Amino acid sequence: MDAIQERDAASEAASPVTAAPAAKSRFGVRFALGLLLPIALGIAWEIGVAKGYLQARLMPPPSRIFKTLYDLAITGELWIHIGATLARVFAGFALGTIFGTLIGAVAGASRVSKDIVDPMLQGLRSVPSIAWVPLFILWLGIFEQSKIALIAVGCFFPVYLGVLGAISSVDRKTVEVGRIFRLSQFQLVRRILLPAILPAYVLSLRQGLGLGWMFVVAAEFMGASEGLGYLLTDGQQLGKADQIIAAILTFAVLGKITDGLLAAASKPFLTWQDAFAPKN
Amino acid sequence: MLNIQSVDKVYPNGTRALDRVGLNVEQGEIVAVVGGSGCGKSTLLRLAAGLDQATRGCIELDGEIISAPHECVGMIFQEPRLLPWLTVAGNVGFGISHLPRAKREAIVGEVLLRVGLSDYAERWPRELSGGQAQRVAIARALAPRPKVLLLDEPFSALDAFTRASLHEHVLDLWRAFKPTLVLVTHDVEEAAYLADRVIVMRPRPGRISSVFDLDLKRPRDRYSPELEAAKRRILNALDQSLRERTAGDELVPAAAI
Ligand SMILES: Nc1ncnc2c1ncn2[C@@H]1O[C@H](COP(=O)(O)OP(=O)(O)OP(=O)(O)O)[C@@H](O)[C@H]1O
Ligand SMILES: [Mg+2]
Repeated sequence: MDAIQERDAASEAASPVTAAPAAKSRFGVRFALGLLLPIALGIAWEIGVAKGYLQARLMPPPSRIFKTLYDLAITGELWIHIGATLARVFAGFALGTIFGTLIGAVAGASRVSKDIVDPMLQGLRSVPSIAWVPLFILWLGIFEQSKIALIAVGCFFPVYLGVLGAISSVDRKTVEVGRIFRLSQFQLVRRILLPAILPAYVLSLRQGLGLGWMFVVAAEFMGASEGLGYLLTDGQQLGKADQIIAAILTFAVLGKITDGLLAAASKPFLTWQDAFAPKN
Repeated sequence: MLNIQSVDKVYPNGTRALDRVGLNVEQGEIVAVVGGSGCGKSTLLRLAAGLDQATRGCIELDGEIISAPHECVGMIFQEPRLLPWLTVAGNVGFGISHLPRAKREAIVGEVLLRVGLSDYAERWPRELSGGQAQRVAIARALAPRPKVLLLDEPFSALDAFTRASLHEHVLDLWRAFKPTLVLVTHDVEEAAYLADRVIVMRPRPGRISSVFDLDLKRPRDRYSPELEAAKRRILNALDQSLRERTAGDELVPAAAI
């Protein structure tokens, strides 16, 4: 008996050990594959500039861009710009998420509230968001408030639509399970509705954050003395293409990191999901 | 105990799902409801569970009119309806979350043992087979020890062997706590084996077409001649109720059948 159990335990322990490195190396291979194209392009670019096929002033080679980034980083300038932009994105994202969630929940609560709230918001949604800029500047001044308001508008709509859509797609049959066990209205929300809408909600948050990163650039074009958007306009005015590309790269990295953090933070709550996951 | 007083149910789309259905279920009785697809069996259970309102007539439990789910009434749906974000143990304990943790875990362990899924407590619903999911749903309904248990074809997704063993589980449980059971089923043998009374329904509109009292001794033998005879009588009644429908159905010309 003991021997059998031991063998079982041993084989059980053995399988994850063999599985883990395989998974890790597969991840490594995929990561390397993803890097292949950008590195090849970078090398070609570098060579093109060195041979004089490309104009270094308009198309600075990767080495120049990294030098610029490095210089910005050691003078501390880069961190100031990153900090300013991050603060704006987070403030706008937080505001947009709070309002999007609350109003989405209100609209999802009943048909009447949806009929009241939704048409107006759908109408506002079709206004190109940049069109708000003059109004926000008039109302809130050219400093932080108007920028944050613009970003918040950008984040609001995906979150609002996500919450509303998720609530209206909760299955009546699932809700009935809560009813048969006599959950109160509050418990029904907490124990059935919230978990049921969570996956769609996380997705809409990620969309909202993505839009937040887009809108922060527009907001910083409105005139800012710091921020990655400022690096862009400054680079344009002074003809510093390397600074522009350095700022773009920073945007890409920050966008990816914040999205990854959001996804990772929600993952523990979503392990139950039975989603379609393509292999390799 | 459970007194269904001549209820009608007309759905908003005009479907007449139940037409003057009356039924009085005694305390501790096992009643089976059989009938073709669409004759209103699920509708009847939903009304008794308080999930839906009758269009006319009412349903009483010990003299109390049922207008919302009642704490003494449990229900097993036609589909498992497990909550995908809870583990098996979480699902089974869903209806007894007001109990202290230790008590709850003890009950969950006990009912999981009953349905033979003790080793699956920490699994997610997506990791279960259809029959296992249905057994978890049964365990979930059993956990609060309902006095009345409404079962909507709970065994139809199971293989014959598991089904037979769950029949024994249900009978064990019934002997231990004497709950009142109302069991909807397609399976005449299941009805005859388990029930004290078998109700045969006919569709369009859903009505009770005949009632059989089976006073066979328990424990019963699935293959005894008495049970075979009862099965035959029920099958005949079912057959006849279906034929009545086609004869009386003006919308379907006889030539088209
Ligand atoms: N929500 C609903 N709205 C409208 N009609 C419905 C609804 N639910 C059921 N019906 C109709 O009511 C009738 C009875 O349905 P019910 O689900 O009670 O049948 P059933 O006897 O349980 O059938 P089955 O054995 O196939 O489960 C059917 O004709 C069905 O189409
Ligand atoms: Mg049914």
